[in-house]
Amino acid sequence: MSVGEVAVLGVGMHPWGKWGRNFVEYGVVAARAALADAEVDWRDIQFVAGGETVRNGYPGYVAGATFAQALGWQGAPVVSAYAACASGATALNAARAQILAGLCDVALVVGADTTPKGFLAPNAGERGDDPDWLRFRLLGATNPTYFGLYARRRMEQYGATPDHFAKVKVKNARHGLNNPYARFRKEVTIEDVNASPMVSDPLRLLEICATSDGAAALVICSLDYARSRGVSNPVRIAAVSTVTPTYPNTVIEMPNFATDSAFGVPEPERSFRDSIAYAAYEQAGIGPEDVNLAEVYDLSTSLELDWYENIGLCAPGEAEQLLDAGVTTLGGRVPVNVSGGLASFGEAVPAQAIQQVCEITWQLRGQAEGRQVEGARVGLTVNQGLFGHGSCVIAKR
Amino acid sequence: MSNAELQNKRDSKTSNKTQVAAINGWMTTDGEARLVGGRGAETGSYFFPKNMAFSRNPSAPSEEIAEVHLSARGRVWSWTTNHYQPPAPYMPADPFVPYTVLAVELDEERMVVLGRLAPDCDPATLTSGVEVEVERGVLYEDDDNQYMVWQWRPVATEVAR
Repeated sequence: MSVGEVAVLGVGMHPWGKWGRNFVEYGVVAARAALADAEVDWRDIQFVAGGETVRNGYPGYVAGATFAQALGWQGAPVVSAYAACASGATALNAARAQILAGLCDVALVVGADTTPKGFLAPNAGERGDDPDWLRFRLLGATNPTYFGLYARRRMEQYGATPDHFAKVKVKNARHGLNNPYARFRKEVTIEDVNASPMVSDPLRLLEICATSDGAAALVICSLDYARSRGVSNPVRIAAVSTVTPTYPNTVIEMPNFATDSAFGVPEPERSFRDSIAYAAYEQAGIGPEDVNLAEVYDLSTSLELDWYENIGLCAPGEAEQLLDAGVTTLGGRVPVNVSGGLASFGEAVPAQAIQQVCEITWQLRGQAEGRQVEGARVGLTVNQGLFGHGSCVIAKR
Repeated sequence: MSNAELQNKRDSKTSNKTQVAAINGWMTTDGEARLVGGRGAETGSYFFPKNMAFSRNPSAPSEEIAEVHLSARGRVWSWTTNHYQPPAPYMPADPFVPYTVLAVELDEERMVVLGRLAPDCDPATLTSGVEVEVERGVLYEDDDNQYMVWQWRPVATEVAR
């Protein structure tokens, strides 16, 4: 498959935190920062893609229009995308497709959220036909329940230990110390992690990502448009994968009660999580050996280890060795989550996949002060959300 | 003792409240406790819950889905114990009691199904591959009813009881 590239002209964020203000405020701050970084006037933007938030009423459902109105109507068409944790990347992909199809030259992508405290909960009411509601009612299967199942599985299957999981948190907390946009900027030790309350055994409070307020935005454009603005060597997006699972999906996933049945049908060549990155590598025409840094979705510490294998940094069962050898620590061969990851940010759902792209953009430009991966040329982001969503973005310079 | 006899024994131990399913159609309500799923007439694919009339196997979009009982026994794929009270619509005991959720592999169906561990079982005894059996248990109750849900019990502890 041969896919064209688009340029990242500008990136911007609003710091993550628990600010308790309207998500539109954060989105406007991030959008204006990205426009300023791109040196593009808002009125010249030809398409707006918003990552939806489902926790802020109607304005959240029509996020693209909400941000366009807040920035001042200027006539650009809008789209709003909801794809759970992959919402931001799905919004990015909608804008990218417009550019690659020649329907527009320059687009703004924005994701922002204001989140409630505690566990993410399903919609209210009696919702007896909604699996997201039923998993809470019938099983008490919170999101960390699924993370706990995966973590225990790693221990049983590969001999991972709670200390391995804790080391992921220690690493990411250290990475995030120098990121001005991160919410938690405090060093933690393995002892701190192991002393934090147990949530979903074997995972403790410091190993499960919080929910945060925050916003991130991108200005993307055609390579010709970038050249016309005097940007001859922009960060380029070489791939955006937003694949869904292939039947039968044999890994239990949120919010399901069961996997698909593999009875009488061949299992897919790749697991869903493997296929997310694989599709991106195919688009970009590169492989895992070409990746200089990765931002992976550490909803829990153990999930980061799963991702090492899903994106091909190592074979199944070898992630703990990679971590122990320092390969994924800043200074190692393929640093992972140099932004600090979700461990340092907490999750602002529709903004998070965009935050990942902001980070690799800064890294590829050499602007990630205090956490720079030297000589980075290729960055990869990957994430997964419930209801069969996932995304992977590859950027090059 | 058979699964059905054990289930009757457990059912009769509980109070004189009426036992009703916490959700209709997902498990048997009397006799042997079994999960109720769907099965495609052409492909033999299993589905849990059945809840949709159509097949989700893309190779047989028009196949009929029959209601079937899933295997009573499976093997533990993974498990986790939750120490924090989930938000509504979870119906917590007062005070809240930690509970364990299992992922169980069913050999015949070639699928993994979630369910809670019977609350009187100790999760410390679990390892992956342990054989478990499905049964009915009380999920929550009000003044009149006990709301029943499926739960898993390690087969070995049944012998020890």
